[in-house]
Amino acid sequence: MPKLSSISDLRRLREQVQSDLSSRLETGTTITVGMGTCGIAAGARETLQAIMRELGEREIEAHVKTVGCIGMCAKEPLVDIEQAGQPRVTYGNVTADRVARLLDEHLVKGNLVQEWVVARLDSH
Amino acid sequence: MRELSLHLLDVLENALRAGATHVAVKIDEDAARNLLTMSVRDNGRGMDRDTLGRLGDPFYTTRTEREVGLGIALLRAAAERCNGTLQVASRVGEGTEVTATFQRDHIDRAPLGDVPGTILAALLADPRVDLTLCHRANGRELHFDTRELRAELGDVPLDQPRVRAWIAAYLKQCYTELYDDTPEEEGHAETLVD
Repeated sequence: MPKLSSISDLRRLREQVQSDLSSRLETGTTITVGMGTCGIAAGARETLQAIMRELGEREIEAHVKTVGCIGMCAKEPLVDIEQAGQPRVTYGNVTADRVARLLDEHLVKGNLVQEWVVARLDSH
Repeated sequence: MRELSLHLLDVLENALRAGATHVAVKIDEDAARNLLTMSVRDNGRGMDRDTLGRLGDPFYTTRTEREVGLGIALLRAAAERCNGTLQVASRVGEGTEVTATFQRDHIDRAPLGDVPGTILAALLADPRVDLTLCHRANGRELHFDTRELRAELGDVPLDQPRVRAWIAAYLKQCYTELYDDTPEEEGHAETLVD
């Protein structure tokens, strides 16, 4: 029988998180996924899941959040990657199957995937 | 949308955008009455009668980025296509309740799909929201309440990476139990055979 999750696991998790120094430091990376009606219809929920899976497998710590529609509906699913000290980059048409390459190129190798970039916002 | 749980996510996003700090999700799969019902009740800012009247008009939206608001219109179309209805009740300053019903066995009724994925996505939109889920199906009831999680987590946020992974696994397990129809213990299967 596989080990069952129960809410009491969270007590242990809380202790782990609070004693884990690396978690205390604010992770410099935030990944934002568009989750308006257009995004959802285009598969953004699956993109979000693929992102969490990839981050987990590669053991990369990143804050993941969602936002509503920004008006570029034809390019959904839209994914923003913002790393401390780097310009915020918006990628378009990021379906779940593209997430592995995106995170590998951008987060691991430090390269933009130019053909998917729709916007870049330089940090001040 | 391919799955009804995607409509559910869309309605949850609306609730959060309306400033809700509490959302109550109910899903009822009633085989006996051949009905599938989904509802989201929120304590957001609510809508006045005029706004409510224009809800579902695809050319009405409170957003400023574009001129179209399709979510409710799509959900109403999905429900009505399945001999169902979409009802929205709202009061300014109190909140809104959106209820969609579907004829459960209608050939056009999309599958409910990945509800855990929807719940987690909603929590990542606003990790501070109190979310309760009550899902009745298969003669059983599933209950999920973020307040129970917070009681154990203290100030560790729900979108902390290890917590969000735990939530995903926990909900997936809850749903396996909700729909599981296999006999409880393999050893006893033999006693059922004559």
